This record gives sequence, structure tokens and C-alpha cells, in this order.
Amino acid sequence: MIRRVSQAAALALSLALSAQAEPHPDAQRVLAIGGSVTEIIYALGQQDRLIARDTTSSFPAEAQELPDVGYMRALSSEGVLSVKPDLILSEEGAGPPETIAVLKEAGIPFETIPSGTDAEGLTAKIEAVAEALGVPEAAASPVAALKADLDKLSAAVGGGAPSKRVMFVLSLQGGRVMAAGQGTEADAIIRLAGAENAVQGVDGYKPLTDEAITAAAPDTILMMKRGANDSDHAAATEALMAIPAVAATPAARNGAVIRMDGLYLLGFGPRTGQAALDLHDAIYGGA
Amino acid sequence: MVALDASGERLAGDRRHLGRSLAFWLFALLAAVAMLSLGHGASGVSAPQVLLDWFTGHEIARTDRVVLFDIRLPRLLTGMLVGAGLAVSGAVMQGLFRNPLADPGLLGVSAGASLGAIAAIVLGGLLPPAILAAAGWHLVPLAAFAGSWLAMAVLYGIATQQGKTSVATMLLAGIAIAAMIAAVSGLIIYRADDQQLRDLTFWSLGSLAGASWVKLLAAGPVIAAALVVSPLLARGLNGLALGEAAAAHVGIRVQRVKTAAILITAAATGASVAISGGIGFVGIVVPHLLRLLTGPDHRWLLVNSGLLGASVLLVADMVSRTIIAPAELPIGIITAMIGGPFFLWVLLSNRRMLDG
Repeated sequence: MIRRVSQAAALALSLALSAQAEPHPDAQRVLAIGGSVTEIIYALGQQDRLIARDTTSSFPAEAQELPDVGYMRALSSEGVLSVKPDLILSEEGAGPPETIAVLKEAGIPFETIPSGTDAEGLTAKIEAVAEALGVPEAAASPVAALKADLDKLSAAVGGGAPSKRVMFVLSLQGGRVMAAGQGTEADAIIRLAGAENAVQGVDGYKPLTDEAITAAAPDTILMMKRGANDSDHAAATEALMAIPAVAATPAARNGAVIRMDGLYLLGFGPRTGQAALDLHDAIYGGA
Repeated sequence: MVALDASGERLAGDRRHLGRSLAFWLFALLAAVAMLSLGHGASGVSAPQVLLDWFTGHEIARTDRVVLFDIRLPRLLTGMLVGAGLAVSGAVMQGLFRNPLADPGLLGVSAGASLGAIAAIVLGGLLPPAILAAAGWHLVPLAAFAGSWLAMAVLYGIATQQGKTSVATMLLAGIAIAAMIAAVSGLIIYRADDQQLRDLTFWSLGSLAGASWVKLLAAGPVIAAALVVSPLLARGLNGLALGEAAAAHVGIRVQRVKTAAILITAAATGASVAISGGIGFVGIVVPHLLRLLTGPDHRWLLVNSGLLGASVLLVADMVSRTIIAPAELPIGIITAMIGGPFFLWVLLSNRRMLDG
């Protein structure tokens, strides 16, 4: 709700300003809020103008060396001002709204980049960042790369293979499976990769009962990578298989458990085409 | 913690003068902490320099002005009021329930506020757009305040029969009401998406980061009024320490004291929680510390609790906004992290006094 309220507030404010991202070619101290915005700035080759980021901006690795102004929905106004930004580029949903209001009062341009989870939305996102940075022409190359990946993807998806059912497991808290339903980033990327979300009729990330897992009957289980090495993977897979309802699914029988980096998989930035392609290959066993 | 017993101990142990001089020192402490708080922050803006420029009519950079007057000043005042409000509410509740562990939570105020906040965060989007637009981002504080008063009113209604409020009924019914509120909160939380869950978590950890003039002007007068009225309770609460019957015999209008205590607590805590989320521990530890120092006499305890509570919260807030700058640690974590061990240390080193 806060999101909707803040959107309403942001809408009212932005109507007063303008609907389109305004260009700020002179901005040399850019603060990026939101992992995908940071990624896009790097993809545009504009990282030299980036001076700080939020906690969700963990890619590329260099970005992590920048000062961290905190979680994007719990920003501190003085903390943000202390890095002396002359432009703030943010994903939708940054807050709290009081902080955003103070930042505007301080006269710092604040551009909100619209979110998007399909080809059009992602293109618009990259273009909006390029526009705001005053380098619209720089968007061409990452957009082309994204399009190429998505084209490759639709060629692969159009291959006529029967659609597989994928269940995204967010966590295994206390032996309970927290899975992705509709309206989640995981649902969007699964569909983008040409598969079907095995969990239907559920909104958001919800714990599933054993019966619901059996009914979902996923062909593949998708999870986020936590640790970097294989032993983490093995341990997590073991924990997953220890749940009888999971062990009885087709995915468990075939050993079809996929793990991908969270931001790569769910970030919806310039790498999403590649991520969806990787996911497609992992689900359908290579192109 | 009996204030008076048959052997006349109280005269020998009269610590009223201590309370009076302590009030002076606590006031000085608060002034010092407030100055420090105004001068410190992530941005390194120097408060004395900006104020000097301001008084001498020099040009002030826009950012400096915003940092000092729109960020630090409302936050300073909010922190002072919230800290004082929570500490005084704690002291009043402990007096009313004659129990050192009592806190405003017993009135259902905290549970009600959190239900209000949860409902606003998760379900607020379902409200008609006209209401949403009117409430804007003040929906959560408004709902939290309404929730705290609603819960308190229900509990007061249940515990009051024929014009008499039973504290024991209130205590027990409070547990039942809190359980019911927790169940409804749980139902709503189940509906929440992951972003709303993060919002809820941050809300429950408390923060003064959202302090603004608008919020201060809305909630400040409520807290301030409760604080100003609270010393009038001192005599009544002292009398209640004897037990309700004895208090009535020494001429205390018990029912009036109870009602006033409940209203003051609900006003101060409800408004504090509404603008700063859940900040624990201040309400318990501050009155305790002062009781160890100056005894249980409410005449100075209430005032001193307000002063010390304000200082404690300002210090905690300073830590919260500078320790991981430019990011910010929720203040509830700090109050618990610093306060818990400190409180334990005070308790253990005064063990004999507590047992005696």
C-alpha cells in the first residue's frame, strides 16, 4: 500500500513537473537507487558519473565499492544529502515518502524510472535512464543487446517443445516452501523464459502446503543462489529434498533443480534477456 | 516499592531533594544532547556555522538550510517529544498497575497502533482514491494513532463497570485483546506482498527518519499536552502505591486518577508510536533507572522520566543516523542494543537494593 500511496503522491508531484524523465546532461554526481538502475548506468558506460548507490545495487562488483545509502525503501534524507548528489535516479517505490519530499525540497533532481518486466518495459527502462543522464544515444547498444537476447529467446521458445512447469522457491523457512505466485518477478521471468509457473492461483510469495506442492507438480524447481560454491548448492538441494512433498514432484525425480543469482534472475535490468535465455536453456536442457 | 510503611521509614529515606536537583542536571543534559544532536549528522553540515550565517544575514546554501531546518530540527523536536512521551507513559503505567514491568502495551495501545499501521500498509491501497489522495503518506501514522485509541477504548470499556475501572480486569482482558489483535494482524500480514513485508519490518523497528514539520505539528501537540498534564497525576499515583482502598481513604479520587492516567498514556504513546513506529525499551528502563536513583516518589519521577527519556532517545537517534552513514540503522535496534546490557548492569549492581 505504501507503494500505492507513494505512487499516488509521486504521481501528483510528477504531474506538476513532467511525465517524461528530464535530461540532466550536466549531472556529474549521480546517485542510483535500485539494482537495475545501477546496472543500466554501467551498461550505458556512464559509471564515471555514479557516486553512490543503495543496498540493492550489488552488480557489477565495482558498484559495491561505492558508498551505500541504505535500503531503497528506508532511505535517510541527510544520509542521501551527505553524498552530495546532483541527480538521483531511482526505481519505482523508493521511500519513505518524507525523505523523497525533503530531497525535492533540497532542490536535487529526482527522476523515477518506470519499472517493466517485458521487452517493451525493459527497453523503456533503459531509455529512460539514458534520457535522464542526457545521453539518449548511449541506450542504443544495450537495447540492441537486449533485443538480440530476447529474439534468440523467442526463437528458442518457438521451437515447439511442450511447455514445462517451473516452481520458484524463495526460501525454505522451517521446512516450509515459500513459492512465487502471480504478480511476482519470478513469475515474470519464468514466463519470459517460455515456461509456465507451476504455482497458479496464488498472489505474491506465499508459503505452500504439502498438498499444494503436490498439486503444482513442477517439472523444474528454481531457486536463488546463496553461496558461491557447489557445497552450498548440494546442502540446499538436500534441504529441499528432505520435504516429502517436494521429493515426490517430477522435478525431484529428475533432479531438475536450477539455481541462479537473485539479482541476475529477478533484477529486470539490461541482463534480463541473457538471464531469461540462461533460464530457458537450464529448463529445457540447452539450445 | 512501597512508598510509606507503618514504621515511618519514609521520612528517613526522603529523597525528594535528590529528585529536585536531578531534574536540574537532567535538564542540562537534555540541552547539551540537543545541541550535540543538532550539530551532528551524516552530511557534516556545521550547525553553529549555518546559524551564525543565518543570524548575520549571510547567504545559506540551500542544502545546508534543508539539512538544518527541514531534517535535523524537526527530527530533534520529534525525538525529544517521543522519548519523553514513551518514558513518561512507562512511568505512569508502572504507577497505575503498581508493577515495575508495566508498559503502555498493557493498554493495548502498542498492539492497536501496530494493527493500524499494518492495515494501512497492506490494505490502504484498497481505499477509495479520494481518501488515499487526501491522506497521502500520512495514512500510516493516522491509522496507527486511530488503532491505538480504538484498542485502548475497547479495553477501557471492558474493564469499567458502574463507573469503576478494574485494573486487574484490564490486565487480563488486555492479554485477550492483544491476542485477538495479533490474529487479525497475522491475517492481514498473510495478504502482504514482499515489499509490504519489508515496510512492516522497518516500521516495527522504529525510526525518526520520517520526522517532518507536518508530522510534528500533527502529533507534537498531543504528546506535549499529555506531558504537561502528567505531573498532576503524581499525588494520585503515589496514593495508589498504597493500594486502591488505602488511596481512597487518604482522599485520592481513584477513578479519576485511573482515567487520567489511561488517557495521558494513550495520547502520548499513541502519537509517539504513530510518528516513529515501534521504539521499545525506553518506557521501561528510564523510569527504572530514576527509581533506583531517587526512589518511587512520582512528584519528581514523572518530570525526570520525561527529561531523561528525551535525552536517551536523542542519543540513540544520533547513533542511528551516523553509525552506518550514509545509510541509517533503525532506532529500535539501538535502544535495545545499548539499553538492554546497560539496564542489566544497573540491575545487577543494585541487586541488594532490589531484594531489600
